[in-house]
Amino acid sequence: MSEQTLHYPNSTEPQVFTQAQLDWLPWMEPLPEAELTPRHFDGLVDASRAKSPYFRLLARDPDTLGARTRTDKDIFYNPDGGLPRAERELAAAATSRLNGCIYCASVHARFASHFSRREEDVQKLLDQGVQADLGPRWNAIVAASVALTETPLALDAGHIDGLRQNGLDDYAIADALQGAAFFNWANRLMLSLGEPALETAQA
Amino acid sequence: MTSAWNPSETDDVIDQLAGIQPGSHLDAVRRHRLQAREQAQQSYLALLAPRAPLSSQWPLNERLAVAAFVAVLHQQPQVQRFYRDALATQASLALGKAIEAEAAQGLARGPYGQYPQGPLSAEDQAGPVYVVAAQNRAVLGERLSAGLAHAHLLAFHPRDAKPAHLQALLDAGWSATDIVVLSQLVSFLAFQIRVVAGLRLLQAHPAPSPSPSPSASAPQPTAEENAA
Repeated sequence: MSEQTLHYPNSTEPQVFTQAQLDWLPWMEPLPEAELTPRHFDGLVDASRAKSPYFRLLARDPDTLGARTRTDKDIFYNPDGGLPRAERELAAAATSRLNGCIYCASVHARFASHFSRREEDVQKLLDQGVQADLGPRWNAIVAASVALTETPLALDAGHIDGLRQNGLDDYAIADALQGAAFFNWANRLMLSLGEPALETAQA
Repeated sequence: MTSAWNPSETDDVIDQLAGIQPGSHLDAVRRHRLQAREQAQQSYLALLAPRAPLSSQWPLNERLAVAAFVAVLHQQPQVQRFYRDALATQASLALGKAIEAEAAQGLARGPYGQYPQGPLSAEDQAGPVYVVAAQNRAVLGERLSAGLAHAHLLAFHPRDAKPAHLQALLDAGWSATDIVVLSQLVSFLAFQIRVVAGLRLLQAHPAPSPSPSPSASAPQPTAEENAA
């Protein structure tokens, strides 16, 4: 008999997009913490990620996880110029909204709210979807992220012009595009290897 | 089978596919996020030229078959050609033809799929459920056929994913670790293809005056002209 997937009959899945903290439950066994080797820790990059079932599941292929994590960190956390952090997170949240990743959207909507202090606009994106009117600059970033997320890709020169008209130079545009592209990677993993759950109330 | 498949650390595949020349403006833009540039290449190598000791025994020819399939689904010409040629170095003509045929019958528009029942159900979007054609199953085999079905799900309607999709892979002979590699490969390609397409577009539509600096730019319009 083959291996069996994991099921969570007692968990409650979120029914709407939210900025609340969610859990994520894996559908296959993560590596046990006790079995992690130096190669796994190199893939996890931060030792604290060994606590995360998501990262310990991806650690089954540690080299890919390590390269993925380092790509992610540079696109989103590198403070040197380019697009402000809040708007990189906006690209991630918009991509997650279109793909339908409630878990990813919750994390990156929170980050977008935190760095922009525009929690209401971020909530509008979650509630109304990617057509929400968030003002010209955010609209241009959302539109480009969404067009890049469609398959086949719908990004065209009009989206690039829209970003330029709103003050983005090529460094900022590349950050927006890489942020949206990266979440096309992340969304697919989170959506297909496990499920989001409302955090259980503390006893 | 034609030439060898040996991607290297130094031949950056995104630059190659996006047509970015060393020393060009887009090269500078990419190198501004140098770690992202290097680690995108490392991701590509980890998935398609994995280092020993291997964490998964999933064979290279099947990895390239999935890559060629996913590339066609995205309809990005440079990437499509690249992975088709890559597959040809490792697979029989019959396998290459079966992949081309399956990708052609798998074309769709995404993302579609269903949400958890509730307020978001109004946003549910129907789309095709891809099944490998009977006449190609023999040449692809059960394992790779199951892999293609999963790749199609991830490419076009990942929000439809359920534990049953992973169970189907496990039942077709995939290990949990193989499934992680398959998921990473398809998801990574979704990223790589978008970076290639985005950078190609940015390069093809340069800003009217690249990197303007106050001293080098044309005389500034007067306040009156600005107001007009």
